[in-house]
Amino acid sequence: MKYLHLIWAALFRRKMRTLLTLVSIIAAFLLFGMLDAVRTGFDDAGKSAIGAQRLQTGSKLSFIQTLPQALDAQIAQVPGVKSVGYANWFGGAYQDPHNQVFSFAVSDNYLDQYPEIDVSADEHKAFDNTRTGALVGEQLAAKYHWKVGDKIPMQSTIFPQQDGSKNWTFDIVGILHSKDKKAGGFFDQMFLLHWKYFDDSTPYNRGTVGWYVSRVTDANQADRVAKAIDALSNNSDHETRTQTEAAATASWMKQLADVGLIVSSIMGAVFFTLLLLSGNTMMQAVRERTSELAVLKTIGFSSHAVMAMVLAESVLLLLLGGVLGLLLAVVLVAGFHAATGGAIPMAPVGADIWIHGLVLMVVVGLLVGALPALRAMRLNIVDALAGR
Amino acid sequence: MLNELMDSPMALFSVVLLLLVVCLALWMLLSRQGRQAASVTGVGISTLRQRLGMSSVVVVGIAGVVGVLVALLAMSEGYRETLSKTGSADTAIVMRGASASEVMSVLDRASVTLIPQAEGIARDAKGRPIASPELVVAANLPIKGGSADDEGSVQLRGVGEQAWAVRPQVKIIAGRTFTPGLRELIAGKGATKQFAGLEPGHQIRLGSQVWTVVGIFASGDSLDSEIWGDAGVVADTYRRGGSRASVTVRLSDPQTFDAFKAALEANPQLKVDVDTTLNYFSKQSEGTTKTIRAIGITVGLIMAIGALFGALNTMFAAVASRAREIATLRAIGFRGLPVVVAIMLETMLLALLGGLLGGLLAWLLFNGYSASTLAAGTVGKLSFELKVTAKLLWIGVLWALTIGFIGGLFPALRAARLPVTTALREL
Repeated sequence: MKYLHLIWAALFRRKMRTLLTLVSIIAAFLLFGMLDAVRTGFDDAGKSAIGAQRLQTGSKLSFIQTLPQALDAQIAQVPGVKSVGYANWFGGAYQDPHNQVFSFAVSDNYLDQYPEIDVSADEHKAFDNTRTGALVGEQLAAKYHWKVGDKIPMQSTIFPQQDGSKNWTFDIVGILHSKDKKAGGFFDQMFLLHWKYFDDSTPYNRGTVGWYVSRVTDANQADRVAKAIDALSNNSDHETRTQTEAAATASWMKQLADVGLIVSSIMGAVFFTLLLLSGNTMMQAVRERTSELAVLKTIGFSSHAVMAMVLAESVLLLLLGGVLGLLLAVVLVAGFHAATGGAIPMAPVGADIWIHGLVLMVVVGLLVGALPALRAMRLNIVDALAGR
Repeated sequence: MLNELMDSPMALFSVVLLLLVVCLALWMLLSRQGRQAASVTGVGISTLRQRLGMSSVVVVGIAGVVGVLVALLAMSEGYRETLSKTGSADTAIVMRGASASEVMSVLDRASVTLIPQAEGIARDAKGRPIASPELVVAANLPIKGGSADDEGSVQLRGVGEQAWAVRPQVKIIAGRTFTPGLRELIAGKGATKQFAGLEPGHQIRLGSQVWTVVGIFASGDSLDSEIWGDAGVVADTYRRGGSRASVTVRLSDPQTFDAFKAALEANPQLKVDVDTTLNYFSKQSEGTTKTIRAIGITVGLIMAIGALFGALNTMFAAVASRAREIATLRAIGFRGLPVVVAIMLETMLLALLGGLLGGLLAWLLFNGYSASTLAAGTVGKLSFELKVTAKLLWIGVLWALTIGFIGGLFPALRAARLPVTTALREL
């Protein structure tokens, strides 16, 4: 530590070069922070503590196939199931069929399955009492400037009403807030309407349900309960497939994109370039200072101390740039998250990304410093001072 | 031709660039200063070998940017092409009104009978209209290479005999086609790569039913990611009765589309949307293509900033190491401009090398690489191949040259402003 000022002085001996290198390092770690946020976002999707207690039951045939509503009572009887709700994909779109809204027709107790969603007691009551009522996520409401009390038209891209019209009208009675902003991107985009109203109004549904959501009393028993639920409809024409919410989400994310592969390919290219770039800077820095290093050795610094100082210099360079880059990533990821309303799963830059990043900085710093440090260690005082 | 070239800012940029190159070459050949610039550039390039390590920073840095950019753009291009190739201008798709995609559309039996009677549909040898009512649903199948519980979604299309007449690009490449009325399936070439058990002779489970895979088909577009069965049997399995999702028709001529559309829309018994398949599939690919492109450009830009500063660093160092040489040139009468041009040219040459290297790497590694995603508007995994086209390589080279231009400009200006006397005195 006592040599810090010496290392610092050496680092900024050529300000221009160090600053230019720093910008490159900042860019590399900014990219690392953002891409790792996306990767973590995909990995962590659905992995909340409450999510592990929730089971999703859908048709085994495919996710677009519906199940009879009668299963509701049967699932509720399965030992280990605390409560069960159900939902249908409504396929709503606002103003234009391409402005799709995550809209679900849900059972009356659907929100009870999601304690992480906050609705005020009054608004919840208003929803219960309004046949055509709808609850909307706060980001969705903000996007289309909807307020409580608004009557809004909504097209269903799937379900017409009895008269053949696909234009539905809903009364917005409340706003959904997710308690955990980190994981709640999706809940803030939701649009919930009554399954009962939906089923009564469209001739196409006829008492069917898209999927069931049940909470188990003990997350460790989730697999057993899932099997018991699937056993209910074994060998019927509506066999089910029950998964924990975490497993179901992970499976979707995996089908969406092999994010891990893409991210690691990009980062490979970035860090290879970075290695070369900062390696060159350090090489130049040591070459220029050959005589200074020889003086250091002359006045009694051991070869190893000189080597350590060069290594420290390169690690410090990487840490400076890397930390600045990650800080920038924190700001940009937060901004990006707000701008897209969480449409792309992107975790905030948290502790694990920082740890990954810091380890990378030190490793790259050591790799980059290795050659120049060896050169500095092996420096022969007489030759170096003579400029040979 | 010229109109096509001018239709985007990039093309305009290319034309301006070409003109600049021509002007520069003429200047270097014809004027005194130009010849000076050429000779200084020659000296710079011939001494590049002594600065190999530093120069490689520019080349490798820019190669990285261009490689990643081209690979990501190739992904968006491959996705777009796979979907848009699925459609053609002489086939039209009819769905229930306001349905965003086939899988969301339901046409009742009456509509399915009415639609083929409209004007403008081509007829086959027996005089029947070439119209294929189809059912589009999803099926859960085990993913290849995944664990036993690892299931993915594949799009299942229930078709009739006219499906082949509507889509002549679909060919059976192994086994045979399904027998109408039986629980038999044929699988697309792309789907067989994604899902386990899709080989002729194998049996797969759809829900509680057992189906036999009897053949493999290839079409070279997004249909490759589907599995096909007899429409009637699929409708039974999925309890869809006589309803279908869409009717795809072959038009007697692309020009008859408007008449065909007008005829269907004027029919009070029908509430349908009509579009050419070309338009329909292009629209489906729009969102995802844009997203991938935006990601590519964002990542590319950040990497470009890193590479740009690397190039600046290298060229400043190059100018510093050649300070005496440059000052000598200035002292014997060379003007500032040739020196600036020479350094810029050297940087851009390195950048061009980097751009070509990056493009080459992207092409070698990723051209034809298959990727898959859940496509918007379908309910299954869509596999597609990355496409590194000449246009994308050209975009990569343009990026490289831009980075080289900025990265060379400031060091060049510094070289030209170097005070001759101090530079000569430097050791």
